[in-house]
Amino acid sequence: MTAMVEISDARKVYDGGFEALKGVSLSIEKGEILALLGPNGAGKTTLISCICGIAVPTGGQIRVGGHDVVRDFRKARSLVGLVPQEVNLEPFEKVWNTVRFTRGVFGRPRDDAHLEDILRRLSLWEKRYAKINELSGGMKRRVLIAKALSHDPEVLFLDEPTAGVDVELRRDMWRIVADLKAAGTTIILTTHYIEEAEAIADRIGVISRGSLMLVEEKDALMTRLGRKELRIELQEPLDAVPPQLSEFDLSLEEDGRVLVYSYDTGAERTGIGRLMTRMTEADIVLRDVRTRQNSLEDIFVDLVHDTGTDAA
Amino acid sequence: MNWTAVGAIYRFEMSRFFRTLLQSFISPVISTSLYFVVFGAAIGSRIDEVEGVSYGAFIVPGLVMLSVITQAISNASFGIYFPKFIGTIYELLSAPINFLEIVAGYVGAAATKALFIGIVILITASLFVPMRIEHPFAMLAFLLLTCLSFALLGFILGIWASNFEQLQLVPLLVVTPLVFLGGSFYSISMLPGIWQKIALANPVVYLISGFRWSFYGLADVPIAVSLLAIAAFTGICLAVIWWIFRTGWRIRD
Ligand SMILES: Nc1ncnc2c1ncn2[C@@H]1O[C@H](COP(=O)(O)OP(=O)(O)OP(=O)(O)O)[C@@H](O)[C@H]1O
Ligand SMILES: [Mg+2]
Repeated sequence: MTAMVEISDARKVYDGGFEALKGVSLSIEKGEILALLGPNGAGKTTLISCICGIAVPTGGQIRVGGHDVVRDFRKARSLVGLVPQEVNLEPFEKVWNTVRFTRGVFGRPRDDAHLEDILRRLSLWEKRYAKINELSGGMKRRVLIAKALSHDPEVLFLDEPTAGVDVELRRDMWRIVADLKAAGTTIILTTHYIEEAEAIADRIGVISRGSLMLVEEKDALMTRLGRKELRIELQEPLDAVPPQLSEFDLSLEEDGRVLVYSYDTGAERTGIGRLMTRMTEADIVLRDVRTRQNSLEDIFVDLVHDTGTDAA
Repeated sequence: MNWTAVGAIYRFEMSRFFRTLLQSFISPVISTSLYFVVFGAAIGSRIDEVEGVSYGAFIVPGLVMLSVITQAISNASFGIYFPKFIGTIYELLSAPINFLEIVAGYVGAAATKALFIGIVILITASLFVPMRIEHPFAMLAFLLLTCLSFALLGFILGIWASNFEQLQLVPLLVVTPLVFLGGSFYSISMLPGIWQKIALANPVVYLISGFRWSFYGLADVPIAVSLLAIAAFTGICLAVIWWIFRTGWRIRD
């Protein structure tokens, strides 16, 4: 695997003196989907801006396809497509013209068939002669994607592509992303919807206050940090957790009919065996057993919350 | 140079112009006609000739310059300010193009529009007054250089401006007075003594004088000085653009 985007110790201090990136290092493989999570103001957009040429990094080095984004900007940028967080479009321009314009400024020769294909895939073909201000919000977002794809980028940045987008369109967006990945495009997206990262990302990075807190394979991350819940349905409801079981982290739910044991999947011993033994000894009869994996959301909240207390 | 990109910007800007072609036509035609009615008829009935040229014909070069300069500045400044204002500038910043290519696209389009309007005004004027152009090549050269240099100035203004007020302030407070006082409607020689000297500090005087010379062979200042002045002005604008390019001033975060 070769690194498509290599970021080493990237720093950004804005003109006002605010340090938005405090030395971020990250390497993104060709063809992978990386989701960047982080609270508002964490520096996600700033990082993307530094890679794409919207902002100039004040330290460190960033390469795209092996080309330095500052020194070798033409080669680096021609590989990159960007869907910005804000819906920035000229209101009176026609869809077709604005998409053609983007392809042009990226130095690519006119190719109407290719643009037609993109617009069709994004269900925008019928709207190609509509003005931007005649489109719905979701369509505008798709126009932004069409523009970003117009010059066949190898790396696509999606800055909160599904913010304020309905469920159906969000699924559409995921499908588009999956298609692009299948075609070999490297994708970096930011999102506040953790289920989105969970659904489509290969790897997940978490940024908080200008620092990368973690980057990890999604599955590994979920097993490593994930906690599981064992939900034990009881034959007879209990009023309280029996004292014989006090050594376990247990709680009662659903009017005492379900005993919930939460445990760390990464721990050496999960304690499940021992719990079962103790339950039998206490004459508690169980009817059914289920487990539930905690979501990334919980991991994320823990992580950002922890840094919050660290800094305080 | 990434000429495909320059062409894309140029075409995009021009298409905006062609979409409103009728407006682009009508407003200069009407305003020129008004000038002729007001200045030509009202004033011209008192001043019938300036240095052997009928007053109506005398003001044509000045009128063309007035419109061309205003149009070049407003088109170029608005052309680059608008993407900054609505945020579409992200696209230019993330594209594999450099600042000079952006300048070429926007300034080229703004200069073309100004040139187009200048020609429309010339044609309209020829319907009102008998005109002659003694030095057509010099006339074209002056016209082109004026379109170009003031489009450059407008571009600089659009990059510099951080709100609409600033965008309008400079043309309103600086450029329009200079153009009006630059001898659009009179010959500098018609001014009282001391004002003639003061008028020579106005760069637009050299432009209009040179431009008028290419029509009627009449000039307030020697033609060589006029040429030098417009060349110097273009040079200064290019130098400022170059400086902005080197420093990345007010464009990228
Ligand atoms: N142009 C700028 N000048 C000064 N400070 C800026 C600028 N752009 C962003 N910042 C600051 O940098 C920090 C990071 O902003 P950034 O937009 O990168 O956050 P984000 O992670 O994308 O947040 P969100 O989830 O809200 O989009 C914020 O504190 C913001 O105020
Ligand atoms: Mg952001």
